[in-house]
Amino acid sequence: MSDSPQWFDEEAGPIVRPYALIRGRTHSSGDTFDLVATVRVIGEPTDEPGPEQQLILRAARNPISVADLAVEIDLPVGVVRVMLGDLRDNGLISVTSPSAGGARSNERILKEVINGLRAL
Amino acid sequence: MDSVLSEDPVALKILVAGGFGVGKTTLVGSISEIKPLRTEEVLSDRGIGVDDLDGVETKSTTTVAMDFGRITIRDGLVVYLFGTPGQERFWFMWDELSHGALGAVVIADTRRLTDCFPSVDYFEQRGTPFVVAVNCFDGAAQHSVDDVRIALDLEDDVPVMLCDVRRRNSAKEVMITLVEHSLRTLASAN
Ligand SMILES: Nc1nc2c(ncn2[C@@H]2O[C@H](COP(=O)(O)OP(=O)(O)OP(=O)(O)O)[C@@H](O)[C@H]2O)c(=O)[nH]1
Ligand SMILES: [Mg+2]
Repeated sequence: MSDSPQWFDEEAGPIVRPYALIRGRTHSSGDTFDLVATVRVIGEPTDEPGPEQQLILRAARNPISVADLAVEIDLPVGVVRVMLGDLRDNGLISVTSPSAGGARSNERILKEVINGLRAL
Repeated sequence: MDSVLSEDPVALKILVAGGFGVGKTTLVGSISEIKPLRTEEVLSDRGIGVDDLDGVETKSTTTVAMDFGRITIRDGLVVYLFGTPGQERFWFMWDELSHGALGAVVIADTRRLTDCFPSVDYFEQRGTPFVVAVNCFDGAAQHSVDDVRIALDLEDDVPVMLCDVRRRNSAKEVMITLVEHSLRTLASAN
């Protein structure tokens, strides 16, 4: 009885709970965060953050990409973006976009990648 | 703590595209530690028998998993691989992923080459550098790379190669070919 049922769609994972976390919102200031943008903790929470926020703050103690973070805390990307948007608005994290087009246009980096792949 | 500020980490995106069951997940898994990344798909509300909830926003979403792999070249330089379903209804993910992407691998199966047409069209239109990797399934008739190039009506500079996505070395060659192609594309644009 005390065990709350968790309903899973085998293919898709839990389909209800994540949205409860963000109270059904599907938009926030975090909507446009790139999947490979870097998340960093920059502030200390004043109030006790919710458990998921704590998970994010712990996972982002070292810089981490949005996608890695979503995998790590096992929530869909959209939900993570909403939570990241809130955390950033509260000054707890920074989210740095990969320099616009910069990486693609940097020959030195691409050569480094080629050599790195060869060495794998 | 280091007193010197390290350079911003560089994160590069590579897309892995192609038709259903063509070997996208296998390719990403051959070359990187693969994890499923869950993302949302907004369902069309044309469902039958759905209650009409007046005044309540009822956009429903479901999650779909996309292949997500990471190759760490060095500290602060990481290549991310994203394998996305090829069907058009998933193109919303491609739009996001191809933004600023280094390039794309289109996997083709010669037994059903038409399956990769949409992917090829997509990257041609976006101007995203791409290579075509022909996955040689066992027993599949061996087509020459030239046949594939002609069938896909590819520009001369687009690399086409045979591969076996299950083999790490083969997957590696595909990735190297793509990055070299991106580099050439870049050089010729300057
Ligand atoms: N014999 C053989 N089987 C392969 C090869 N590549 C992939 N497979 C198999 O083909 C099936 C499909 O491969 P996946 O990597 O799952 O293909 P996918 O493109 O990710 O498929 P979807 O995500 O369903 O579109 C798997 O059972 C693989 O083991 C190959 O080169 N040879
Ligand atoms: Mg797959």
